[in-house]
Formats: sequence, structure tokens, C-alpha cells
Amino acid sequence: MQVLIISIVLGTVYAVLALGFSLIWGAARIINLAYTSFYMLAAYFFYVFCSLIHLDIFVSAALAIVVASFIGVATYKFVLEPIRSHETVVILISIASAFFFEECILSIFGSDFRRVPPFISGYQEILGVRVLNQHFLALGVSIALILGLWLFLSRSRIGIAIRATSQDREIVNVMGINEKKVSLIAMCIGIGFVTISSIVVSPIYVVEPMMWVHPLIMVLAIVVLGGLGSLKGSFIAAYLLAFAEVAVVNWLPMGAFIKSAIALLVMVIVLSKKPEGMFGAFFEEERL
Amino acid sequence: MRKGMIVGVVSLCLLSFLASGGLAQQAVKEVRIGVAGPMKAMFGRDHWRGASIAQEEINKAGGVTLGGVKVPIKLIKVDTNELASVSDAVVAVERAADEVHFFVGTQRSESALAMQDVAMKYKKIFMLCGAVHPDLLARVAKDYDKYKYTFRMTISSIFMGQVLFAHLEDVAKIVKEQLGIAKPKVAILADKLMWADPIVKAVEAKAPGMGLEVVGAWRPSATASDVTAELSAIKASGAQIIFQSVSGTMGTVLGKQWGELKIPAALVGGAAIATVKTFWDATGGYGIYSTTQTGIGPAKLSEKTMPFWNTYLKEFDDFPNYVSVTYDAVYVLKEAIERAGAIDSDKVVTELEKTDHKGAYGRIVFYPRDHQFPHDLRFGPGYNTWVINQWRGPGKVVVVWPYEWQGVKFEGSEKYLLPPWVVDYWKKKK
Repeated sequence: MQVLIISIVLGTVYAVLALGFSLIWGAARIINLAYTSFYMLAAYFFYVFCSLIHLDIFVSAALAIVVASFIGVATYKFVLEPIRSHETVVILISIASAFFFEECILSIFGSDFRRVPPFISGYQEILGVRVLNQHFLALGVSIALILGLWLFLSRSRIGIAIRATSQDREIVNVMGINEKKVSLIAMCIGIGFVTISSIVVSPIYVVEPMMWVHPLIMVLAIVVLGGLGSLKGSFIAAYLLAFAEVAVVNWLPMGAFIKSAIALLVMVIVLSKKPEGMFGAFFEEERL
Repeated sequence: MRKGMIVGVVSLCLLSFLASGGLAQQAVKEVRIGVAGPMKAMFGRDHWRGASIAQEEINKAGGVTLGGVKVPIKLIKVDTNELASVSDAVVAVERAADEVHFFVGTQRSESALAMQDVAMKYKKIFMLCGAVHPDLLARVAKDYDKYKYTFRMTISSIFMGQVLFAHLEDVAKIVKEQLGIAKPKVAILADKLMWADPIVKAVEAKAPGMGLEVVGAWRPSATASDVTAELSAIKASGAQIIFQSVSGTMGTVLGKQWGELKIPAALVGGAAIATVKTFWDATGGYGIYSTTQTGIGPAKLSEKTMPFWNTYLKEFDDFPNYVSVTYDAVYVLKEAIERAGAIDSDKVVTELEKTDHKGAYGRIVFYPRDHQFPHDLRFGPGYNTWVINQWRGPGKVVVVWPYEWQGVKFEGSEKYLLPPWVVDYWKKKK
């Protein structure tokens, strides 16, 4: 039972992270490896505003989301967008940006672990399994974000434009949709997702300079497994890989250190049978 | 005749010069000690802190007496980055070898094995102050001439295991008495690093003999950021005790999430990250009642312990931890150099082997050449035992082991306390 419950909680958090990444890839065609470094930055800003400057927790959260998102969008606008057509260079520059942010944090805060307070302390026990109240908050916020995204993409003009852009970038320009503006909006939403996730999730873990690495590995695994650009695929893959991680811990305790590797192995097995991912489009060059 | 006199005078001068130790002796204006460690991480920082207090005290008192002259100690930071990269560590030691006379430090055994080879190549004495794998000193037994320059200032993981078993036995006895459980269950949680492998195997083998049932061994990554899945699984297993053996940063997450979820199992054992004062803030106070194994605690291990503890706390607003034993390492080196009357490594090795030093971390004596692990820190009652500290509040730890172990009990130590929620949970379950 704890496998199921923990998988649901973990999977929902992964889903939010992966959806934001998938959205960015779908609309802007950018594999932004600095994506989860904004997750790290948001956590540190939250720590600064809340634990050092002692602002109200909700004000601190809002400010952290705004500031980290601004840095994320600025990084896209001034660093990645100008070189967007060179995919390999984008990947290299984005990972370099991530390491740059990590080094900045290390220089300012050092490697000591920090803590941010939870919005709701304590835990609940469900069928003998203890789950932190903060986990439930993360679950609730994640579900709200996912539903909000689905509504936005299916009901709003900009959402439809984003979907159209992810399907065919050349045609949308012809149809009068400003593809660059749409990509920027998708980027803002994606970065917003990752910073909001950070605020609700970082009280569960600890805040440290390398906290962006594991989420990045999982996000990449999830979007590749689900199919690059497929939001539905990312959603399902998130739960699949979360289940794989939690199952390893419960059924193979000695192998707990490779829980992420096992999750990635699941990805490799699926991709070997279906290279485009579970729900992805075929690769561009394979289109007829 | 005149020529003969000149030759004779020159020969006499040359002989006197050589007898006094030559250029090397006269060139020693300072004793340079390289403090090797990952300086961006807690371990390197604390290596430096311990050594710098010793340097300050020794230099204030005049320095090291060498050939009738007092020379100061100079510390040099050698940033090994060993937690991230073994090759970085090797390069750092290689670069520093020309600059320093001695090395103290290092924490990660995997990197220490590689660094040791470099230091031995240059015949530099390396006082290990944190890396605990037995292989580091087994090498001295295998090839004494090559590895004799290695000495260890901490107990090895074999003895750490013995300390942990003794502590586990104490806790098991308390669980049996207070909770009325005849055969307590223990879950092992150790990070996946080589130093912990012998400890895990040993606990699995010995626990049944202690009247304990091992319900599983969880080995998460040393840098894992979430162990809620592991803790949930451990709770489901019905364990009353979690035996931790953690040197990585995962220890903070474990202490935090264990306390937040009020997992009904006592968290005992060793977590390197829990040896410092910032553990309390990083866990939000949820690490209370967790224990950790370390080299020093606020009890009278020797006359020097509390003065060093208080000086360190005042200067750094932090507790000294096991890697800050660089403090004692610098003093031990100083005394060996003075006995040898030289900084020549071979001469200092001979004197180091005779060490019997009452340090802040307790008595420092090294195993002799014919021991299975020569130059390792001698362990046992009357020698060095290390301690187990238990967190009791903000900025407060107490020594809970040794507590009447083989006649050893330090002034200032207290009995181990079970977390109240653990007691409540199991009493209600009865």
C-alpha cells in the first residue's frame, strides 16, 4: 500500500516538472537543461525571503516564484532564444547555465544544507502509511496546475496557439500566429511550473546547491519515455517512473541507491521497443 | 703545509655543517603542513578549523622546537574536491607535494586510497583525519617501506562497527526494558559507499546474537534528497530501531524526514552530517533524539577535550566533529618532529610510532609495525573509543556512549533516551 500512495504523491510532482519541460520543448523546440536549476534558485530565494529576511511565508513564496521565473525567462530570452536554431549549442549553453547558477549559489551560501519551513506541518496516516501534510499540499497544487494547464491549452486562444506551434512551426507563422511570442509564453508557463513546484516541494527535502540534478535526470527520462512533446505521455510516464523508483526501495532495499537508475532502465526498455516514446511523434527526419 | 691546513679547516667546517643536518635543516624556517580536504564541503572546512586552532596555539607558544630553534607552523590549504572527483584529489596532492612537509586530512576513503599513493611516492607523512576504510592501513602491513608514512587519527570502520554494535546493544536493552519487546526489530539504513559495506555485513551477522531481528538493509545514495519511500518501508517492516551508517548529505534528509514523520523507530548509529551544529537548523529541529557516532563530544575524554570544544564553539559557532581531529594531528606531528629533531620523514615516522599523546579526542597511540593494521589509531578501553552523541535540543548534544562500557564512562556523559513518540507508539500497540 505504501508503494501505491508514495508513488502517487511522487508521480504527481514529477508530472508537473515534466509537463513544464515538455511544453517548452513542444512550443519552443528547446531542450533547456537549465530548467531544474530554476527549481533550485526558487528554493534559495524562498529561503532568503522567509528564513533570512523573515517575510511572511506566502509573500516569500510569491516573491521567490516571481524572481526565479524572471531569471528563467531572461535566460531564455537573452541566452537561448538567439541561438535557438542551433540545437546542440542550446543544449551545451543551457547545461553551462545550470552549472553557473550552481556555482553562484555555492559561492554565496556554501554547501551547507538549508531548510525552508513547510506551509503545513505534521503528517497524516493513510492505511498505515505516513504522508507529510506538505506532500498533500504538493499533490493538490500539482493537480491544480495540471488541470489548469489542460484547461488553458484546450480552451484559450493562446493555449490553442501553443498546441498549433508544437505541431507545425512553419504553418503557424503563415497562419498569422507570432511563433516567437507563443514560444515565450510557453517558456513562461514552463518556468512558472518548475518554480511553483520548488516552493511546495522544497520544504519536504533540503535546500542545497545540487538539488537540481536529480529532478533534471527524472524530467529527461520522463519526457523521453512519454514521447518528446507529448503532454499526455509525460503525465503517464511520470507515474510509471515514480512507481519504479518507489517499488525498488520497497522490494529491493539493498538496491535503494539505484532507484533512479532502475527508473531509467524502465525508460531504456520501453524506448528499445518504441523509440519515439510511448506517445511521441516520429522523429522529424522520419516524417514522410 | 699551508695547503694542508686549508684543506683541514674546510673539511672540519664541512663535517660540522653536515653533522648539524645540512642545508635541509638550516633551510627550515617553518614547518609546512598541507591540510587536504574538500574545502567547499563541511569536511574540508572542519579539517582546516581543527588544524588552525592547533597552529594558533602552537605558534603562540613559540612554535616547533627544531635543533634548539623555535619555528612556526604554516598551514596550506589543499583543496582536493574529493567528494566529487578522485582525480581532482590526486592532482591536488601531487601539486602540493613540493610545497608541504606533511599532510593531514582527507575524508572520503575512495579518494584517500588514491591520494595515499601520491603522498607515499613523495615520502610525505599523511595523517589521515577522516577516511576510515581498513585498506588504507592494511597497505602498511603489506608493503611497510612504501606505505609507512601513513598514520590514522580516527578509528577505522572496523572499530566504528564495534562502537556502533555496543551502542546498538545498549539501545536494544533499553527498548526491551521500556517497551517490553523481547526481540526488537532493527532496520539498517546505510549509504551506498565502500566504507559502510563492512559495517552493514557485520550488523547483519551480529544482530541475531544480540537478540535482534534484522528486517532489511536499505542502501540509498549518499546524496539522496528524499528518503520518505525508505522510511515508509521501514515503518511497514515494524522495526523499533533504525541503525544508520551515513556519511553523505543524505543524513540531513534522513534526520529531518524521520522526525517529521515521527517514524516509530529510534534512529541510532552514525551520520557524519549530524556531528555539526547546523544539523539542528537544517532538519528544523526534527533530528532531535537521533544519535551519531563521532570522535569527540562535550564530555571529559581528556583534560584537553572541553577547552578545545569550547574554543571551537566560540570561534566557529559550531561543534568540532570527527574530521576536526586535525587539531590533535598537528600536535602529534609537532611532538614527533621535536623528538626526531628533524622534519625528515623517515626520522619522524620512527618517532610517530612511539606516540602516546593525550589529545582533545582522547588518547592517541598507534598500532605497531607487526599489527594487522600498523599505524592505525589504537582502539579500546584505556585508549581511544570515539563516542556516540545524541541530539537533545538546539545546539545541544550529549555523549551517550560509552556509558559504563567495559568500565569506560566519561565525566559529562548521560544515558541514551528513546524518542517519546517511539515510546508512546509501541506502548499503545501492546
